[in-house]
Amino acid sequence: MASIWRYVLAGFGLAALLAGVLAIVYLTAPRSAQPFGPDVSRTKKTDNGLYVATFVPERGVVRQGELESWLLTLKTKTGASVERAAIAVSGGMPQHSHGLPTSPQVTDYLGDGRYRIEGVKFTMSGWWQLRFAISSGAGSDTVLFNVVL
Amino acid sequence: MRRIARFAVLMAMAVLAGCGKTDFSDAEKKTIASLALNTLPALKTDTTNRFADVPAAAALGSTLFFDLGMSRDGTVSCSTCHKIDRQFQDDLPQAVGVGRTNRRTMALAGVARDPWFFWDGRRDSLWAQAVTPLENPLEQAGNRAAYVHYIKARFGDRYERIFGPLPDLSTVPANASPLGTDAERATWNAMSDQQRDAVNRVFANIGKAIAAFERSIEPAQTRFDRFALDLATGAEAKGDAVFSSEEMLGLKLFIGKAKCVTCHNGPRFTDNGFHNTGVPPVAGLPPDRGRVDAVGQVEADPFNCFGAYRDGDVSACGELRFVVKDAPELVRAYKTPSLRGAATRPPYMHAGQFSSLDAVVAHYAKAAPSVEGTSEVHPLQLSDRERAALVAFLKTLAE
Repeated sequence: MASIWRYVLAGFGLAALLAGVLAIVYLTAPRSAQPFGPDVSRTKKTDNGLYVATFVPERGVVRQGELESWLLTLKTKTGASVERAAIAVSGGMPQHSHGLPTSPQVTDYLGDGRYRIEGVKFTMSGWWQLRFAISSGAGSDTVLFNVVL
Repeated sequence: MRRIARFAVLMAMAVLAGCGKTDFSDAEKKTIASLALNTLPALKTDTTNRFADVPAAAALGSTLFFDLGMSRDGTVSCSTCHKIDRQFQDDLPQAVGVGRTNRRTMALAGVARDPWFFWDGRRDSLWAQAVTPLENPLEQAGNRAAYVHYIKARFGDRYERIFGPLPDLSTVPANASPLGTDAERATWNAMSDQQRDAVNRVFANIGKAIAAFERSIEPAQTRFDRFALDLATGAEAKGDAVFSSEEMLGLKLFIGKAKCVTCHNGPRFTDNGFHNTGVPPVAGLPPDRGRVDAVGQVEADPFNCFGAYRDGDVSACGELRFVVKDAPELVRAYKTPSLRGAATRPPYMHAGQFSSLDAVVAHYAKAAPSVEGTSEVHPLQLSDRERAALVAFLKTLAE
């Protein structure tokens, strides 16, 4: 009789061990593929602090595989709209060592420091970067935005 | 006592067996759902071709697609290489028309959804693509003046019911083209602007009719789609929608460790982009640098989206307007092909370099450097079991 209880106890012991191992595995597993992903803020200071730039999709959402237009809004440090800026767009996927699949360009100035960037297309999921070289009366500066799909 | 012990052992085995089962995380389920055919959106209107959805145009296009008369010597049609019973491809490493070309014939399912055409994207619309082999000396080898005369003689009434009156061709030479033989080019150059425009317009309409037909060629549902639908809805998979553990592993690798889904994404398993993946050149074929040499060709094409033969407005020309013109990654970059049906149509790659899916998987795992430019593929450790699983999964896209 005592031996039955020994087996039951052993069974419980094994189950507890298994549960313990599983708990450790689950608790130490990363929560997502990129626990410390790149900074995806949509508004940031340019690299030398000359401008505050905001970069958002014009339709509010990003759809993979489609040509889309985005809006780049430029303000000075004091919050004044930046007009007549010359803007060059570049970018790519840092983890795949390739550039953008399209050549996005500024196609329109919409007032209040807002510039329409057309021809943006993200063909795959992952970490994309868009760099803007900005030049205006206030000086030249650069800013990089991360987009993670 | 022994019974209890046996029970405990069985329970432990059941728990352990459960751990070995291929389950998908929520993120994986989302990716799998994004690949299923039911997420393929309705085919968009092609505003550059106002005949794209005109049934009579598609019917004429279908006639022309299969018509051997649409070639210099009456022996080659579109369907010679794009075989209707073979997924509209020909199973050859390089297509053979009037001569042997340097590229693999592309399958046509879903072709109307492509932003760029040919392996290197040297055309930017389905109708501009459709007229290109007609004048390629290795494909249909004809010339546009001859095609226009042929259309008038053979299909004049059908043409005019769709596109309106044919131009006066009485003074147009029998053979002339800016791309033809020396004599054909000289004749073309001697024609008036008006004559050249008249010929080009009919020639473009030939492309528009063929494109209208090709819009009907769409991918079919596969075992994978049935599996994905059941996974998404939580329904119990039945019949051939049940995946074997090998197919499950293959799918998991495809969207995970093997990173195939990076480029082969969406319901057509393609990002519609161009990539250098280190595929070796074929000995004996002319130099082939892929996308980098195609950009100039599509920009120079009189039938491109900016040209005079486009219908609708220029807002449809975003791909051409924002095309990447000079980036190092365009060197030996080729289009990501759809993987639907790929398992039953070897050989693979832009010049049929690999004779089996095993060879394709081996190529991507090894990730040999490109002969020119830089391959985007990185080496990958895959066991024999994993390679076989990837191939098993790819077969579910062709069943």
